[in-house]
Amino acid sequence: MGEVLLTHKLEGERLELAAGGSWTATHAGELEALVERVAGEAPEAKDVSIDMAGVREFDTFGAWLLERLTRQWTKSGREAVVVGLPEHDLGLIEEMQGVNLEAVPKPVRQNPLVNSFAAFGRAGVDFGHDLVIFAGMLGAVSVSLARVVLHPRDYRLTSTIHQFDRVAWQAVPIILLITFLIGAIISQQGIFHFRRFGAELYSVDLVAILVLREIGVLIVAIMVAGRSGSSYTAELGAMKMREEIDALRTMGFDPIEVLILPRILVLVVALPVLTFLGSMAALYGGGLVALLYGGISPEIYISRLSDAISLTHFKVGMIKAPFMGLVIGIVACAAGLRVKGSAESLGLQTTNSVVQSIFLVVVLDGLFAIFFASIGM
Amino acid sequence: MTKKNAVIKVRDLEVGFGDQTILDHLNLDVREAEILGVVGGSGAGKSVLLRTIIGLVPKRRGSIEVLGVDLAKANEAERRALERRWGVLFQQGALFSSLTVRQNVQFPMRENLEISQNLMDEMSIAKLEMVGLTPQDANKFPSELSGGMTKRAALARALALDPEIVFLDEPTSGLDPISAGDFDELIRTLQQTLEITVFMVTHDLESLYTACDRIAVLADGKVVADGSIANMLESEHPWVKTYFQGKRGSMLADRQMNA
Repeated sequence: MGEVLLTHKLEGERLELAAGGSWTATHAGELEALVERVAGEAPEAKDVSIDMAGVREFDTFGAWLLERLTRQWTKSGREAVVVGLPEHDLGLIEEMQGVNLEAVPKPVRQNPLVNSFAAFGRAGVDFGHDLVIFAGMLGAVSVSLARVVLHPRDYRLTSTIHQFDRVAWQAVPIILLITFLIGAIISQQGIFHFRRFGAELYSVDLVAILVLREIGVLIVAIMVAGRSGSSYTAELGAMKMREEIDALRTMGFDPIEVLILPRILVLVVALPVLTFLGSMAALYGGGLVALLYGGISPEIYISRLSDAISLTHFKVGMIKAPFMGLVIGIVACAAGLRVKGSAESLGLQTTNSVVQSIFLVVVLDGLFAIFFASIGM
Repeated sequence: MTKKNAVIKVRDLEVGFGDQTILDHLNLDVREAEILGVVGGSGAGKSVLLRTIIGLVPKRRGSIEVLGVDLAKANEAERRALERRWGVLFQQGALFSSLTVRQNVQFPMRENLEISQNLMDEMSIAKLEMVGLTPQDANKFPSELSGGMTKRAALARALALDPEIVFLDEPTSGLDPISAGDFDELIRTLQQTLEITVFMVTHDLESLYTACDRIAVLADGKVVADGSIANMLESEHPWVKTYFQGKRGSMLADRQMNA
């Protein structure tokens, strides 16, 4: 640093520039400012000569700035001569004379307000598309399921067992832990608030009904959507990016049958199993807190449980589970197949998959609540 | 021609994964402003050698000196300074998929240089035009490019900071023979105008004949032969013999003789 990169002096009608130092990428910023200043210098000068003899290092950045300078002068009708350039750098200048000749199409920038409106509108349209895709995937899976029922030997059992291990078996510890804690928390809150009325025992009803009907299945579904739904999307998306899905198709396999049907069926089976285990863990957690915090002995807790709950409560929770599994599976797989070439789109679809499946699980839970209420369950 | 300085010096290099040794006491020099072609059978460790030199694969022992700096001993600042002085073209291009081609080329400039957006735009277009792409391609995303264009765009990104050394990992693999030939020629011209050193891993015999000044053959974890095409044709090493005097090799050799 500290080298003089460019000096200029006016000799009559001739502007003489002398360049020195390193005309390289490292000094490009400095050099650009100098070149821009010199370009506006001495408007009265008729012609310009640039002496490059003092330049020690020269690369494409320097070459382009030199070329830009001479172009500017030539355009305003003045003559610019470059002298003293070493022979081996002439090729570089020649190269630069061929570039940036045509105007580059700039990416169009729109009004941010219009953009946000457009994004809002697009989101609405996309939501419609999502519903269509969801229905399409549901149809495709049903067709493939029908085919498998007709030809059971074609079913991918190995893949199913592998997926079941990942989705159900490996999820058991975390599901048990979380539902256990949720059961404990509900129990604690129930005892704390009911104690004021001397009705601690009713906290057992609270835990039992809430867990069996709603919380158990919801927590499990949300956990599975975050855990397995996201991995389905990422897996299928990466396969799509690497053309593995196209490869399957060209070999005469149906990707829906090979990849998606086993995954979705596994979720449909796994969710009730996990819900059952989760509900039991929650009841256990509730009982533990009832004993330690509320002083309700296990015998009383269990007898209270058997009074409070009927098979109906249990059924309400369990009936919902497979449908939630189906929704999670279909949303996740559809999102996976919609991944395009870039890493960004993979991330976007994985997020979409989790957000949409959790949303749909909650909506589905609401619809079931209305349904069960109207049939008196 | 005078013997030029070695810009890359690899001494006694050993690299392996698990109990498998891939490079075994390997020595190699790459001289200033030459195009060195590294060949070898599949799995001979060509790409591993390249990745070890640029510091992506850890070595077990030995030393690597690039532009006078030993990477193992360099501190963070020295490493960064060195990394600015080389460019790497990965086998699949490794363009950032969420950025346009222009942004890909500008990425190293933006991170390393303090220059105006205007100059950055001009330079990125200049680089793209130098590698044979048009300004219209600049706003495309990597997923919209063909294989050849991806390689060209990746080369433009590798050249973004005017590096002194360019590492090319199989630059012509996956290209049709015409595009591959063009690419070889492009590397040759760029090497001459920019006076860079090129370290090229390749499978392509044609590239060796048209682009490379010197060839190093990797086999059994070592450089078993290095020198010009003529040296290769004389070599007695069985792999080198089969490679250069096999069906495809000798066809090219004949053509070279007749030319």
